[in-house]
Amino acid sequence: MNGIGLPLTKQDRATLLDPVIINNPIGVQVLGICSALAVTTRLDKALVMGIGVTLVTALANLAVSLVRNYTPGSIRIIVQLSIIASLVIVFDQVLKATLYELSLELSVFVGLIITNCIVMGRAEGFAMQNGPYRSLLDGIGNGLGYTLVLLLVALSRELLGAGKVFGFTVLPLTKDGGWYVANGLMLLAPSALFMIGLLIWALRVWKPQLQEKD
Amino acid sequence: MEHFLNLGIRSIFLENMALAYFLGMCSFLACSKKVETAIGLGVAVIFVQVLTVPLNNLLLRYLLGEGALSWVSPALKEVNLSFLSFILFIGTIAAATQVVEMAVDRYAPKLYATLGVFLPLIAVNCVILAGSLFMQERDYSFAESVVFGVGSGLGWAIAIIAMAAIREKLVYSNVPDGLRGLGITFITAGLMSLAFMMFSGIQL
Amino acid sequence: MPKLDSTRYTIIFATAVCVVCALLVSVAAVSLQPRQAANARLYMEKNVLLAAGLAEPGQSLSEQQVRQIFDERIKVRLVDLATGELLPQGKIDERSYDQRKARSDPAASRVAPPNNAGIGRLPNYGIVYLVMKGSEVDQVVIPVEGLGMWGTIYGFLALAPDGNTVRGLTYYDQKETPGLGGEISNPQWLALWRGRKAFDDKWNVKISVIKGPAGPPETDPARVDGLSGATVTSNAVTRLMQFWLTDEGYGKFLRKFREGAMT
Repeated sequence: MNGIGLPLTKQDRATLLDPVIINNPIGVQVLGICSALAVTTRLDKALVMGIGVTLVTALANLAVSLVRNYTPGSIRIIVQLSIIASLVIVFDQVLKATLYELSLELSVFVGLIITNCIVMGRAEGFAMQNGPYRSLLDGIGNGLGYTLVLLLVALSRELLGAGKVFGFTVLPLTKDGGWYVANGLMLLAPSALFMIGLLIWALRVWKPQLQEKD
Repeated sequence: MEHFLNLGIRSIFLENMALAYFLGMCSFLACSKKVETAIGLGVAVIFVQVLTVPLNNLLLRYLLGEGALSWVSPALKEVNLSFLSFILFIGTIAAATQVVEMAVDRYAPKLYATLGVFLPLIAVNCVILAGSLFMQERDYSFAESVVFGVGSGLGWAIAIIAMAAIREKLVYSNVPDGLRGLGITFITAGLMSLAFMMFSGIQL
Repeated sequence: MPKLDSTRYTIIFATAVCVVCALLVSVAAVSLQPRQAANARLYMEKNVLLAAGLAEPGQSLSEQQVRQIFDERIKVRLVDLATGELLPQGKIDERSYDQRKARSDPAASRVAPPNNAGIGRLPNYGIVYLVMKGSEVDQVVIPVEGLGMWGTIYGFLALAPDGNTVRGLTYYDQKETPGLGGEISNPQWLALWRGRKAFDDKWNVKISVIKGPAGPPETDPARVDGLSGATVTSNAVTRLMQFWLTDEGYGKFLRKFREGAMT
């Protein structure tokens, strides 16, 4: 019935897989851009950020959904923010205790996961109206969609900008005696904006229903 | 005086929150369709930033930092609550946003109607939180926090107004179907930030 | 189900959320703190070794191995920054001295003179690592720090016994843009510093990071290649390096060091 072996109904599968491409948070919902631009110069950073956002979105969705029937309307935003902030702090602390050197490089951006529109957007837009299991799936799905875009952008930037993939040299650079003249623009921040613009173009040509009508 | 002028110019142009650090992108891209909306949002962001950065500075100094609680009792000198700074910053930001929202509703109801849901969304605008995080990281004094709050908010406002002006003109261009709207906005933003990189050579 | 919008319930709920979140965060922070502190210490000490050339970039060293090398080769001493004098060994416990903590403690620090490296406070005592070869001092490693683009940059500079020639450099704690300013931690860029001279013939601080490429150390001793696309960070590096080499930083100590007044 489904290849994963988990108790997933057809609707659940849609919840989990839709955000990966057709309803991608970055490419379609236009959420979570800020960090996507700055951490995509290297694949390892992009991967850790992606994992962090996926964990936080999934757990925050779960927590918000569990208390959604008990949350007074007037304080629901701040309650969501508190849950999200706490999860991010815990993630940051765990990162510092385990992958210390990587945490140093990501530091400011881990904190900015709190204001990552994806987390807040899904908590308010989905978890408040749906059950815990579906919310968890939605969180994971959006996290995966975010991670996918991050990895794609990081791949193009690290490969074309530094000739490397995950730190392993694939295109030997001229400054190391190789043949590939590094595209320095790729390492500069604006290139991330260009890459995402091109990705969106590609996505909308593939799925014309996403195009904006004039 | 010169130091503050320096800091102000740096935070508006050289270290522009939107175009150099890429913060506040979500509302930057979503609210920049019309210049009028952009101006309204920009001003609101400036207000929230000016309120929160100095306030968070005080909270860090007298509540959360290492040894900050020593004014309560010398026994609390060792206490370091800075791991709570994320949560406390968000708290003040949410409160400040609420205050600004109420003020706008009272004194500029037309603007309130135009901005709609984006006014409360300022609370989760990366620019605001990042402003406080930078202030903490760079250990600004209270006066510096005020200047930085004004400067960083102003820089972001200038960026979003410029983007809106460009987008209003882009409506008349023949943009390919897949790029229309969001796609071309990203590319424009990329070009704008390339342009702002010219400031990085300036030494103040 | 109690009425969701009643004031009493709202306050109770809000308090409950606060307590649960605070508990979660505090438990995580407090229980992981020793591990984090150990990581930070190990990382810093590894970087002292990297700067001195006693460890290779990418080499993974256990806590034990780092401790061993420190015990065998390195003498950790404290310097009175105002006078440049070494403190008698053991007057303050060197191995556990936390310079960053001292810097923020009003009792152990003072306000820094106006400077362009973003340094607010100076600790009264600074750490120096004397790298021994046998019984001779082979290098001295001094900590450097200053404000970069996104946050404070921390590093170690290793100098030869002439107090001038750079033996090595690391930047181990920085928040600069990954791939751009963050490249200051790239061993290939750091290797460019080796053999350069911090001071000129008249002992003025000269070393700086320039825009564009610099020549080899023999012909271009005071300049280092800039990092493309990272002008702000490169300038910050120049400013902080120069600060710590002047009398406000370790300048006085370095003068005594090269005059051979070491024990």
